Amino acid sequence: MNFDDTPQEAAFRSQARAWIAAHAPKQYEDELRASSLGRTALKNANILEVAKAWQKKKAEAGWACLHWPKEYGGRGASPIERVIWQQEEGPFGKLSGLFIIGHGMCGPTVMAYASEQHKREHLPPLASGEKVWCQLFSEPAGGSDVAGLRTRAEKRGDDWVINGQKIWTSGAHYSDFGILLTRTDPTVPKHKGLTMFFLDMKSPGVDIRPIKQASGHSDFNEVYFTDVVIPDSQRLGAVNDGWNVALTTLMNERMSIGAGVATGFPELFDFCSNLMLDDRPAIDDRNVRSRLASWAVKASGLKYTSMRAISALSKGERPGPENSIGKLVAGPMIQDVASYALDLQGAAGVLSGPEAELAGKFQAMLLRAPGTRVEGGTDEIMRNIIAERVLGLPGDIRVDKDLPFNQVPTRGRA
Amino acid sequence: MNFDFSDDQKQLRDQARKFLAEKCPPKAVRIVLDGKESYDRALWKGFAEMGFLGVAIPEEYGGAGAGHLELCVIAEEVGRALAPVPFSSTVYLAAEALMLAGSDAQKQAWLPRISSGETIGTLALFEGTGNPSPKAIKCEAANGVLNGVKKPVADGAIADLVIVAARTASTGRDSDISLFLVDVKAGGVEAKALTNLDPTRGQAELTFTNCKAEPLGAAGDGWSIITQVLDRAAVLTAFEQVGGSDRALEMGRDYALDRIAFGRQIGSFQAVKHMLADMYVSATLARSNAYYGAWALSTNAPELPEAAASARISATQAYQHCAKNNIQVHGGMGFTWEFDCHMYYRRANALALGLGSLSYWEDQLIDRMRKRNAA
Repeated sequence: MNFDDTPQEAAFRSQARAWIAAHAPKQYEDELRASSLGRTALKNANILEVAKAWQKKKAEAGWACLHWPKEYGGRGASPIERVIWQQEEGPFGKLSGLFIIGHGMCGPTVMAYASEQHKREHLPPLASGEKVWCQLFSEPAGGSDVAGLRTRAEKRGDDWVINGQKIWTSGAHYSDFGILLTRTDPTVPKHKGLTMFFLDMKSPGVDIRPIKQASGHSDFNEVYFTDVVIPDSQRLGAVNDGWNVALTTLMNERMSIGAGVATGFPELFDFCSNLMLDDRPAIDDRNVRSRLASWAVKASGLKYTSMRAISALSKGERPGPENSIGKLVAGPMIQDVASYALDLQGAAGVLSGPEAELAGKFQAMLLRAPGTRVEGGTDEIMRNIIAERVLGLPGDIRVDKDLPFNQVPTRGRA
Repeated sequence: MNFDFSDDQKQLRDQARKFLAEKCPPKAVRIVLDGKESYDRALWKGFAEMGFLGVAIPEEYGGAGAGHLELCVIAEEVGRALAPVPFSSTVYLAAEALMLAGSDAQKQAWLPRISSGETIGTLALFEGTGNPSPKAIKCEAANGVLNGVKKPVADGAIADLVIVAARTASTGRDSDISLFLVDVKAGGVEAKALTNLDPTRGQAELTFTNCKAEPLGAAGDGWSIITQVLDRAAVLTAFEQVGGSDRALEMGRDYALDRIAFGRQIGSFQAVKHMLADMYVSATLARSNAYYGAWALSTNAPELPEAAASARISATQAYQHCAKNNIQVHGGMGFTWEFDCHMYYRRANALALGLGSLSYWEDQLIDRMRKRNAA
């Protein structure tokens, strides 16, 4: 048992470290390091431009999408090398947040299902950040039950015509392309009538509207499709086989391990070390200590679980659904941590602006937290994944499984 | 990076699992549970023959000289099988204290006998209600003799060798405490078995009356040694807890697959599935924290105190969580004497207290984290 690199890993690490030291946009390092919890922003620069410039530089030197094949803009690196890169990239890795869906989900799907010509045309600019991609799966009628989606694609000659609405699309407003899951046959059970496409987000008939979230921010969009035309050559996978294609996309979501999930613990520990309660640091209080200790072992447990996964990767094993625990532990935890930090502030915890403790850091965390427990799979879906795929418990009884989609009830109450 | 046990260590774990499955099925545990025996003598002999008792003891002292990672994988299996033997008190407490603080003569005298299963050892620290604290120690040592009462002492009624924390000064400092070795056969110790939550591991009250005792470690070093022993035992016990958590989770999972209610497997109800998923999460976090503890223990890293406290808290929480919800998944049957669920519940709660309770270790963890942050 050790935390040491193999000689090859060590060589790769020092190469990566030297390149990053020479090329990273260090003027933003402190700001990036300080920004946490999902909202990366820069005061005096456009984050999208900074991110695209850094990604381009990486791509030119062969450090973008490391695990992709070289001919598609990657490096052909091993999974463990990808993890080492992430560790070395450190705060600059936050700039990749804008590309995470494209690189983590859209790219692998295109790689698995698009024509060779499309792969060579679209993957390198996706890897280099020149083109940004988004993923159009969720709908008002299909969240956890994504196969319940209703956006229609109808064949007209060599083209498909799309009508419907997507929701919760991250980054749609700055994306160039998207992968789109549609319903092509409503007369068969829901999983059997879906088809996947990719499309140009500037296509006529695509209307993107930001969603104002409960937190007051807008990180996501609604995307409306009105008679949007997609050529059949942009279909990914067979007609009505879209569910299997979507599973490829979703499986890849879990491959991105080692990046470390935010729990709010380091922030809370610092806060409790500095906050005075009855003339002594809050951290000297018995109750505070007990709460902190319970969160400390969750945070360390996640960290070492991720290290175990990295070790498995290093031995050539594939990470499995057990990696679902990161999000399941961190989501509720960050919410509880934020709420406790406010509790320690007493009545002043109600303030959320510049007058608040730490300029409202924990208040912002509290308001953002409900979203982290829903996005990318709710806590409940994560528990189902663990129960079914790790523990081998039976799947839910699905009453709509064999029903033609157009006969599935659409309202809970008449 | 290889943050995992080696293939050889995993093989040792498999070997221990196989051995325990054969020699320590639940019905063997029940012989001790029902009070027919104070511990499983045949199993203890088997542990010695398999080399489990001396796995971390150097060869020059009669052990296998393998190391603490090997001891961790055995501890996991001991916990999984609920082995009713004085393994933790003898190996994690007595042997570790001897290895940390014993003179060469003391190690020569006792470690080979521990490895061979001839000597059962323990640590007598507590004196009634309360967590580890030098202030709580009233038992006195002067002129080579001990006087005082210790309780609870794990496996105290069957121990041959007792390491006693005693007061040798009264300045209010940690250095008031020193450690002593007591050979029970030499007399001066009266043992009374006490009823406890987990009868598969005994607890006792020991009364020392002008009992001959030889110093272990330097005078005044007692508290510092105890702290180190408790840290080491915390990591090793965490592996027992992780083994028990996994077994409780498996029992719950198996029952959820077998049991039919409302015309379907109860494991198909989300209320049950989610309970089991949460047990898996706790057990996984505990295992990962325990692995870090194992790394720190085996390399004697400066991180050991913090890693040990994390491993202890995480494993205690996970085992309690898995053991109680295993009963919940089993419903009424889980609350019968006949089903094994309560044996895990009892062990989980007993292990949660033995080295000091959760609140004590929470306090320790935060102290140690602050120390690191200040450094």
